Amino acid sequence: MKRVLLMIVGIIAILSSIVPAQLKLNGAGATFPYVIYSKWFDLYHQKTGIEFNYQSIGSGGGIKQVIEGTVDFGATDAFMNEQQMGEVKSKHKTSILHIPTVMGAVVITYNLPGVGKGLKLTPEVLSDIYMGIIKKWNDSKITSINKDKKLPNKDIFVAHRSDGSGTTNIFTGYLTKVSGNWKSKVGQGTSVNWPTGVGAKGNEGVAGIVKQTEGAIGYVELAYAEKNGLPYASIKNKTGNFVLPSFESVTSAASGFVKNIPSDMRVELLNADGKNSYPISAFTWLLVYKNMPDKNKAKALVDFLKWSMKDGQNYAKGLYYAPLPKEVIKLNEKKIAEISLK
Amino acid sequence: MQIINLIKRKIFKQQAGIISVEAPAASFSIKNLLGGKNVGDLVFQNFLRFFASILLLIVVLMVIQMVNQSMPSIKQFGWNFIKNNTWDPVKEEYSAWPFIFGTLYSSLLALLIALPLSLGVSIFLSEFAPRWLEKIVSLLVELLAAVPSIVYGLFGIFVLAPWLRTTIEPALGNKFGFLPLFTGPPYGLGMFAAVIILVVMILPIITSISRDVMKAIPVTQREAAYALGATKWEVVKIILGGAKSGIVGATLLGLGRAVGETMAVTMVIGNTPQISYSLFEPGHTMASVIANEFSEATSTLHVSSLIEISLLLFIITVILNAAARLIVWGVTKKYKGRK
Repeated sequence: MKRVLLMIVGIIAILSSIVPAQLKLNGAGATFPYVIYSKWFDLYHQKTGIEFNYQSIGSGGGIKQVIEGTVDFGATDAFMNEQQMGEVKSKHKTSILHIPTVMGAVVITYNLPGVGKGLKLTPEVLSDIYMGIIKKWNDSKITSINKDKKLPNKDIFVAHRSDGSGTTNIFTGYLTKVSGNWKSKVGQGTSVNWPTGVGAKGNEGVAGIVKQTEGAIGYVELAYAEKNGLPYASIKNKTGNFVLPSFESVTSAASGFVKNIPSDMRVELLNADGKNSYPISAFTWLLVYKNMPDKNKAKALVDFLKWSMKDGQNYAKGLYYAPLPKEVIKLNEKKIAEISLK
Repeated sequence: MQIINLIKRKIFKQQAGIISVEAPAASFSIKNLLGGKNVGDLVFQNFLRFFASILLLIVVLMVIQMVNQSMPSIKQFGWNFIKNNTWDPVKEEYSAWPFIFGTLYSSLLALLIALPLSLGVSIFLSEFAPRWLEKIVSLLVELLAAVPSIVYGLFGIFVLAPWLRTTIEPALGNKFGFLPLFTGPPYGLGMFAAVIILVVMILPIITSISRDVMKAIPVTQREAAYALGATKWEVVKIILGGAKSGIVGATLLGLGRAVGETMAVTMVIGNTPQISYSLFEPGHTMASVIANEFSEATSTLHVSSLIEISLLLFIITVILNAAARLIVWGVTKKYKGRK
């Protein structure tokens, strides 16, 4: 027993003396950008030796950790509200910067055999379906905008997320923005009181229901729909065009918003201007302290953020994220320069 | 972390104590010193006492924490938290009744189906089956208990739910649609799927414990009964009488698992907080709502309401436990009295 113990202690001692003390940045937050973040962190680690430890515990958890100050940076799909920003300020004597990193979108997927891809939906129809007002696929409100398609006389089976999620926040945010009825009765949030439908856990749960159930409709992340080849609907945008979700139409939504992006970068890209903009697009942000106590860490984080805006963006499409448009990258670089290094 | 380290250190010291005592040369003299009491026994006793007290401490700390953290929600909603039906994170209105209902309804229904099934299987295994068959079947039953709940959940989503939706539920709806149990459109996902998954999950627990309890009844009792000319059925009745308290215990364990089951249930139950007796309608349970919403709950009231639900879940478990204990006591007393 003793000998084994001694050996273990010895091995640990030897190992810890070989590995030099490395800079390690701890982060936590959103699950949606986890795939690209882990790719970035891995590449950046190979390049510079700086280690990142990212826990994808969800946007809400990320914000909580940032407020508690247990992490060096956070990540979220829903920007922090005034009260949360205020809590950080009073606790850590520094403000929080929101840096958008990549973009995503929420797509409407459905299961209607014989109808094929590209069902057209208007914001009003989408809201009525999720309110439980439109109950049949051959409702005149749907058929009148889909004259080229033969829609069945079938009940609409509504699926939504049961777990609190940034995807739900974006989707309900969109419905809140386009429908007064939705705004007053349901509202926006990571979990809401759904008027109708069945809840499933995660993108895979919603996609699972839609895949198996004829007549089902659900919402999932663009990345998830692309990877799994789900059919999705084109949505009528602000200018009146029906736009299919794609990397280009999502990036275009951000371009369409550039003039209206506030200086703190906290903006929802919902129902964006621009002919080709997909209306249910969204940023995902990294949350960074403006004034970090450890300046070595601050320097490392700034360098990483700069890299993510240049080389990092090239990896987005391959991992099914929409890259940021040039205009937003410029705004971001200004933001990154605000991080105090002294 | 600190507590764990403390415990580790303590264990280390204790172990060191035992080792030194067990050395043969030393033990004699120390034993004499303590007036015949074995030091090893003493140390061992305290060692165990320490573990038992840790258990108690954990429960007490848990309750204190839960009550403490659910204070904002208790203050805000009071008893309405249990009475009302709304769960709206946007408008910050929380009440737990649909979740309590869903948990109790699904668990009790599952128990109602699982109990006779498991009793049948365990009676067959302990009294009727040939040895080789008994071995194979018990192995399979125990294998069922070892399947992780997420696997049951996936089975529920991809196999059970579509089958229920296309075959079972329409048929039941046609034939028995007049019963409140079978009304509504066939979704597949919902209370029915959750109950079936729960039955499969608690069946092995109740079965294997009941079988063990029945096997533990002395062969002499069986032989005596047969010698008096009892039929197989009468022998089974005697065995069941003797095994009653064990069976109640097994049932309780099964119910405990059903009440606390999270993953598999949340995957198939449809996660809609509503009160409906129909098996076809989606429902929600206490454990699922905590698992679903906790990670993304940011407002204090939301978090605190979820913690209050966990407190209620804890209370329900305690009540069920206590009730079962009382039943076990009652049964054993009666049994002893008859002797």
